[in-house]
Amino acid sequence: MAESIPLSALPVGRSAVLRSYPAAGAAFLRFREMGLLPGTTVTLIRTAPLGDPLEIQVRGYRLTLRRTEAEAIVVEPNAS
Amino acid sequence: MTTPVLPFPASPASPRTPVYALVGNPNCGKSTLFNALTGLKQKVGNYPGVTVEKKVGTVYSQHGHAMQVIDLPGAYSLAARSPDEAVTRDVLLGRRTDTAQPDRILCIVDVTNLERNLYLVHQIMDLGRPVILVLNMMDLAAEAGLQIRVAKLEKELGIPVIPCEAAHGKGLIELKLAMSRTDLPLPRHRWDIPAPIAPAVSELQASLVENDRKAPLSARAEALLLLTDQDTVRVAGSTTLSERTSEILRSWHKRWQNEGMDWAATLVSSRYDAITRLCTDLVQRDDRSQTAGSTSDRIDAVVTHPLWGWLVLGGIMAALFLSIFTLAEYPMNWIDGHIASLSDLVKDSMAPGDLRDLITDGAIGGVGGVLVFLPQIVILFFFIGLLESTGYMARAAFIMDRLMSRVGLNGKSFIPLLSSYACAIPGIMATRTIEDSKDRLVTILVAPLMSCSARLPVYLLMIAALVPGDQVPILTKVGLMLLMYTLGTAGAFGFAWLFKRTLLKGVPPLMIMELPPYRLPRLRDVILQIVERSGLFLRRAGTIILGISILLWFLSTYPKSPEGATPQEQMSHSFAGRAGRVIEPVIKPLGFDWQIGIGIIASFAAREVFVSTMGVVFNAQSDDEEDTAPLRQALAQAKWPDGSRLFTPLTCLSLMVFYVFAMQCVSTIAIVRRETNSWRWPMFQLAYMTGTAWVLSLLLFQGGRLLGY
Repeated sequence: MAESIPLSALPVGRSAVLRSYPAAGAAFLRFREMGLLPGTTVTLIRTAPLGDPLEIQVRGYRLTLRRTEAEAIVVEPNAS
Repeated sequence: MTTPVLPFPASPASPRTPVYALVGNPNCGKSTLFNALTGLKQKVGNYPGVTVEKKVGTVYSQHGHAMQVIDLPGAYSLAARSPDEAVTRDVLLGRRTDTAQPDRILCIVDVTNLERNLYLVHQIMDLGRPVILVLNMMDLAAEAGLQIRVAKLEKELGIPVIPCEAAHGKGLIELKLAMSRTDLPLPRHRWDIPAPIAPAVSELQASLVENDRKAPLSARAEALLLLTDQDTVRVAGSTTLSERTSEILRSWHKRWQNEGMDWAATLVSSRYDAITRLCTDLVQRDDRSQTAGSTSDRIDAVVTHPLWGWLVLGGIMAALFLSIFTLAEYPMNWIDGHIASLSDLVKDSMAPGDLRDLITDGAIGGVGGVLVFLPQIVILFFFIGLLESTGYMARAAFIMDRLMSRVGLNGKSFIPLLSSYACAIPGIMATRTIEDSKDRLVTILVAPLMSCSARLPVYLLMIAALVPGDQVPILTKVGLMLLMYTLGTAGAFGFAWLFKRTLLKGVPPLMIMELPPYRLPRLRDVILQIVERSGLFLRRAGTIILGISILLWFLSTYPKSPEGATPQEQMSHSFAGRAGRVIEPVIKPLGFDWQIGIGIIASFAAREVFVSTMGVVFNAQSDDEEDTAPLRQALAQAKWPDGSRLFTPLTCLSLMVFYVFAMQCVSTIAIVRRETNSWRWPMFQLAYMTGTAWVLSLLLFQGGRLLGY
């Protein structure tokens, strides 16, 4: 089983399975509603030219989120 | 479960036209479908109390029966996170006093992205209203190798499902046929509400029926929604929950908190479980689906590249900026010319007198003052429309977000602020793309600090007056200009930073933004948007601008001087001249006398009026507007009563700094009033900007004096 890391630490181009959100996560409800649920596979597509925000692929579409949010989301990288 | 059938109209005796609500995620082609269905039969207004656009259109069935469609703002979920989404939620739940709950709902989804799009549909199917599901972008799905089993979806959901390509007008006839059916069924889809939550849903539903007088099915949907919606976004004009229902909600929240259960997350997950089950049998992918979206990826590799990305952004912004500055000049001159000849025509055909002057200088001049903004608004919205409908706008926000976040804003404030260099009015109108209401307000508040094109003539005149001799060295000119632009920009970012930390403090908004695949722009939609925005500007801001122009004309014309007075004497004698003297004690410490005071007052019509007012005040009008030489000489000779020079270099600089910061444009005040729906913010803006201008000019002038300049 792979180690759990924050989404922000995922290398560009790698996929990972979303594991958990912070416990006090009312602000993360919208992420869930956008289809980012525990168990969902996400791929880090790229970062913006200045390193923030990040672009990820989830359920076949592209989404951006800031690094500060990505640091709070725990993922488990897929075997490359 | 049986399929209840709602006949429509309820009885033949009430031939009311059915009202449809059109809902869907952003970027799913909703506007395109709305435009294709209703054409030009649209009415655009505002929901009272909120600055969210209300669009209502009429669709005619194949038999010519009229049906109303309300185009609700795009939403990802009914658990609203922006005023736009809150309006969608409240209209659908019948919470708004100004809009009746729609009879039927038209849901549109982008089939290339079915799962996430179905989340909103899933919430809407709970509402207890007949629903028609429109599967848009069938062509793009086919290109991407996705096959949708429409018949199966229809069977699972129990509602009409219409495949469609709104951009090419395909599927519209089938859709209209479905819309004119009198017997639309209610959705039949069932999903399991998680067991720990079910009792709360029943209790809330019962209370909503009893205490909030909701229909039972709609109440169940609202009960479910109350559990995910943190009710953080409330908008004016919507009814609130009864005390009893809120109390039940609070007690459940407390109980779950103690049990450590995340009820909202549980609900979202069970909805997605139901959707995933639905989609597995529904969507078939062939080999081509592996390469789906690759064109967009190739474009993005350049557009968001660490080097090329900036060049593309810079290029597009330069093109936007140049067009607003240069292209707009032709229609603006044309409008100016025609307004002038119209006014001459009236002058020739009427006897001289106050009424003639009111019509020519007040009314016609005022109309001209409104119309002259139109070219810039049209060009800006043409660009914004193109950037939005292609998908580039989201990329620009993506690239700029990091920089904008330094002052607490996000990437979406970039385009409105940049546009404000040309003119704050279209810039402020462009803030509608910012969802977060506080971010939007901060952007509106600081936008007029970006030096607009109307300040340019003032800067140029002051630079000319500042440097002795006929020719201003180009380096001095460019340097001073650049300094003024930098000062304004720094002021805008500084105040944005300040407002985000004090007045409009809030949770930092999440930068959750979809990056839609690139698409070809829909010219028809772009043009419709331009027509809409221009219409809104003319109707709402135009009337205020016209009124104030007439007022300013009155102030500079009355009371009349004795016969034979020169325009200079008339100006000095008028209310404006008197006002100049009244404010002289306030502006004297900045180095301005009452004559400059008249110019500052007149600038409220528009800043460039300063130049022509100075021409009248110092009696140095020239026929050629471009030629400021006589005015410059007159300014050089202007004196204080004690004989000292009025326009010293220090005064000129002080005046320029004053113009950088002061809020002097009634048109901007009018548009801020419209966009924020209250006089509070434009008045605050007037006070803080003009106050800053006064303090900075004072520091500069008095500091300069101390240093011996």
